[in-house]
Amino acid sequence: MPSRAIAFEAAHLTRRRFRAVIAALVLGVVAVALLCVAVGPVRIDLAAALFGFGDASAIDSVILFRTRLPRVLLANCVGAALAMTGAVLQALLRNPLAEPHILGVSGGAAFGGVLTLFLAAGAPVPSYLLTPFGAFAGALAAMLVVYRLGTVNGRLQPYTFLLAGVVCNAFTGALIMAVNAVADLFQTHGILFWLMGSLATTSYPLVLASAFFVALGGVLVARHARALNALTLGEDNATQLGVDVSAVRRLCFVVCSLLVGASVAVSGMIGFVGLIVPHVTRLLLGSDHRLLLPASALVGGMFLSVADTVARSLSSTSELPVGVITALTGGPFFVYLLRRQSSRGLW
Amino acid sequence: MKRAGQGVGVELRDVTFGYRREPVVRDVGFAVPPGGFVGVIGPNGSGKSTLIKLMSGVIRPWRGEVRVAGDDAARLPRAELARRVAVVPQETDLPFPYTVLEMVLFGRTPHLSGFAFEGDSDLAVARAALERTGTLDLAERAVTELSGGERQRVVLARALAQEPRVLLLDEPSAFLDIRHEVEMYDLLRELQREGLTVVSVLHDLNLAALYCDSIVLLAEGRVFCEGTPAEVMTYANLTEVYQTEVYVTMNEITDTMNILPLDAAHREPLSRAREARRPPRER
Repeated sequence: MPSRAIAFEAAHLTRRRFRAVIAALVLGVVAVALLCVAVGPVRIDLAAALFGFGDASAIDSVILFRTRLPRVLLANCVGAALAMTGAVLQALLRNPLAEPHILGVSGGAAFGGVLTLFLAAGAPVPSYLLTPFGAFAGALAAMLVVYRLGTVNGRLQPYTFLLAGVVCNAFTGALIMAVNAVADLFQTHGILFWLMGSLATTSYPLVLASAFFVALGGVLVARHARALNALTLGEDNATQLGVDVSAVRRLCFVVCSLLVGASVAVSGMIGFVGLIVPHVTRLLLGSDHRLLLPASALVGGMFLSVADTVARSLSSTSELPVGVITALTGGPFFVYLLRRQSSRGLW
Repeated sequence: MKRAGQGVGVELRDVTFGYRREPVVRDVGFAVPPGGFVGVIGPNGSGKSTLIKLMSGVIRPWRGEVRVAGDDAARLPRAELARRVAVVPQETDLPFPYTVLEMVLFGRTPHLSGFAFEGDSDLAVARAALERTGTLDLAERAVTELSGGERQRVVLARALAQEPRVLLLDEPSAFLDIRHEVEMYDLLRELQREGLTVVSVLHDLNLAALYCDSIVLLAEGRVFCEGTPAEVMTYANLTEVYQTEVYVTMNEITDTMNILPLDAAHREPLSRAREARRPPRER
């Protein structure tokens, strides 16, 4: 029966479908990036700007390559990092509502960054080189605390874990306010500016560094995509399928801390990307993590570039923090998911 | 049942394990011959499910060892153990809507490395498992949309896709109606006759008597007794272990034991009679 054979093809992830989907999404990322660099308060001629590459007198070209392109590239890196983290945490916690912010990881990263800014005042090294390390250390510390609290006898308890994350978020929020209160006015301004976050950058080295972290983290977790699939069936089931659960879990948590730390360090707290993107990607492309992880990364990049473009284009005199756009779209979406989940009795 | 030494499917040697300080399984030892169909029965909290976890390597014994096809399970790599032993749990809670085929292909996990795509041979194994469990027509459906009976057959198909030598089941029919229950055990018996070793935890004593060649009766984490269903499932053993009166009879059609519950009005006279039969110093 030929029809049966075709249905069998469509019911699982084949190499052919994987390649087709990834190719289509890469094209999508390029198209969205072109669209985003073309849009802005100043109208530029994209073709002329592209051809004027390197010519400092061609103003369109300068706007394109010095301000808009690095920003769009950075948005892609950060979006990819947050979306992949969301996808991994959702698998580990077996809960489609897990997200780095809800788990307190980004709160930890933010506190780490703020503390670095506060302590590094007067240090010979510029603070923007130190904050990524502070943010990563903060993310890792928060993750360790939440992980410790959320595992009992070596088994992960998703509900305890989520609650521990919420508490950790509130706790680091209080710590940030405390640091802010003792800092002087000049520092406070710097801290708030950093916390609010922005993808505005003209630094290609920064973009490259982010891309490196995202690629490294992505490869590390993607190698365990099959184990993540098994883990969504529960830890015992995964063990019985031959997965070394505690090793995979540890690696994934460290990588998530790395990704969140790196993204909070360059762009502050950007919420809901890690929640919406994997969720929508799963709805459209299925739940196999071999496809879900890279696809979420690409979709996350597209989503954040668009959100950032909207944020900087709404007004020509000032710009909204991109986190405002992602939260305004993500908040209601989260509530919608929560309602749908509880009506299906999963919560 | 204890054929010491050669050709053992699964063997527990003086296994002790507990989740906290108190052991829940104490010095348990029994052997399941290859191709055997063994039922593990006992009251709630007697350690039945813990035994399944011990035999599948989810937990490691404090003392003693679990041997699978001749090797100490604690020393086998996890993937190797998963190629020998597969488990059908009581219930699988599924947060994400995988297709039935994807779910069955998860059974290939111990045979494949990290990111690899399934090859033709993996698909052939999955197809055979789907056919075997009568779920081929469901292949494209989402597992989250299936009925309890369908879902449990898919989970069995996943276990078969692991191509195990030993199949462990933890009350696999706890949420199935009577028809799906016997269909599942009929299939397990067929698989056993083809050479699979089956160890099942059962709540239903009648099913245990009907399908198992031998029974291990647990009480408070220890083996109370083991043997053929007729040897183990006697009125004396069951009333002592389960602490209630039952009516034990022979099923004329299947020629196996039937164990029927009794209500309080019928239990009390039996208890009094049993009490009266005991030697005076025990009273």
